[in-house]
Amino acid sequence: MTSRSQARLGRVIALHLFLTPLALVWLFPLWMMVVFSTMPDNGIFSPGIELLPHDNFLDNVANLQRDTNFIGAIGISVSVAVTYTILSVLLTSMAGWALARYEFHGKGAVVAIIFGTITLPYAVVLIPQFIMVARDFALANTWIALIVPPLFNSLGVLFMRQAFSMMPAELFDAARVEGVKEWRIFLFVALPLARPMLAALAIILFLASWNNYLWPLLINSQPGAMTAPVALGTLIGLTKVSWGGIMAGAVMLTVPMLIVFVLLQRHFIAGIAAGAVK
Amino acid sequence: MRTQNATAYRFLTPYLLIFAIFWIWPIVSSFMISFQATRTVPWRFAPAFNWGRLIGDPAFYNALTNTLLILVIQVPVMIALAIIMAVLLNSPLLKARGLYRFAFFAPVVVGEVAYSAVFRLMFSLDFGIVNKLLNSVGIPKIDWFSNVTPAMALIMIAVTWRWAGYNAIIILAGLQSIPEDVYEAATLDRVSRVKQFFHITLPLLKPVIVFCAVLSIIGTMQLFTEPFLITERGGPGGGTETLGLLLYRQGFRSLNFGYASAVAYTMAGLAIAITLVQLWLMREPK
Repeated sequence: MTSRSQARLGRVIALHLFLTPLALVWLFPLWMMVVFSTMPDNGIFSPGIELLPHDNFLDNVANLQRDTNFIGAIGISVSVAVTYTILSVLLTSMAGWALARYEFHGKGAVVAIIFGTITLPYAVVLIPQFIMVARDFALANTWIALIVPPLFNSLGVLFMRQAFSMMPAELFDAARVEGVKEWRIFLFVALPLARPMLAALAIILFLASWNNYLWPLLINSQPGAMTAPVALGTLIGLTKVSWGGIMAGAVMLTVPMLIVFVLLQRHFIAGIAAGAVK
Repeated sequence: MRTQNATAYRFLTPYLLIFAIFWIWPIVSSFMISFQATRTVPWRFAPAFNWGRLIGDPAFYNALTNTLLILVIQVPVMIALAIIMAVLLNSPLLKARGLYRFAFFAPVVVGEVAYSAVFRLMFSLDFGIVNKLLNSVGIPKIDWFSNVTPAMALIMIAVTWRWAGYNAIIILAGLQSIPEDVYEAATLDRVSRVKQFFHITLPLLKPVIVFCAVLSIIGTMQLFTEPFLITERGGPGGGTETLGLLLYRQGFRSLNFGYASAVAYTMAGLAIAITLVQLWLMREPK
């Protein structure tokens, strides 16, 4: 073996010796979430060190369901996240299309306002949103309250504006020459071409809605109207609650997303990395 | 291109309506509410009422100090860690890249409530796996929840675990956009890898790193769920209370909208200041 390839081998080993423990530490909380979710409470609160899954998962789900209607809350979360994602993708890609492909009065102002306010903390709008939705519109504890206010998110507008403006104009001009209407060009030419970007955006929006906590906590606080994270959050800190059950709930919230992440990793990463491409 | 007002606004209006109602108007409204006494009916304009209280409120300074302390320690540590993760994940020498990527990126999909619950359980005093493991190597167990310093450390550990991979994804995308031939030229000139990192990689990554830092600062500034759920409403005794929690307690527990809006606008002021610093750091060199 030459000294050059020995040096290379040394670097390979050093790299893995450093990265493997770090990766294990990073995986540890997720692993323990799964382990806890399969243990009875008297196992979780025992002095021994348990690092392997048991077989108590279904009992824990039953315990969780006894503490709060978690299955019902999951149903709300799924419906809200799906509806929100569809609406948000539609609204923001329409707006992104207009900003990318048309010249119109006020365009500069719209772009400036979106960019100028994008770094403002969400906390700023929380109180007026709450007053408006809960008091003025009397919509607290409804699906509309969960779905509509978060649609303001401008991430998709900027993302889709970028996607549409990179497409060559000839694609659309050819259709225009044939007299195709603008909304048909948008629906049947532009959107299909933007499919990878739409997928990335949809995943990011779905995840944001699925994991959203603060707004649903404030606006839908009645037991029958809670989303799954809010329902789970109400149990944390209670005495006389099944921690195995809480962990089973955490697993039900997390594992489907991990599977989606593994299957659609490319889109996921594209969606997050796009945040940096401004 | 000719002007197409009608067509453009047909596409734009549905979004703009939502954006105006649920974002622009609340930004204005929140500012106005911060100048009103909101615990009387009807609300009355009292410009110094909330802001006057804010500048003399020890609870505000406690929350502000805690938030800034978390910012100053957690954000740099996390960004450094994210840079290390990204650079090593990008190494051509790495085997089983997919597994490592999964390990570091998986927390990105984990919800705040789910991971807060896990961290709370992992770090509990007598039965938490972390103290058990510390004990097994001879380190006395740490009371993560009853003392301020470990409680703050716990919040920072949790946030770092959740967000380091997110930043690593962005930094990795930045790394992959650096052209390969820059490094080839440096290697031909016998520039060591460590020097290449500090003299080529880091300067070229600067815009991405600044972007990550600003995102993280603004995110951490609003920190709410972790001190709410992990350290039980900012405990021990307000030791991990953040501006986000103060806003929540004032706005939604005491229903003191005026005061909570003043707290919210303090966060906005900090965010604006940080954004201006970013623009200044990113200015075109003359």
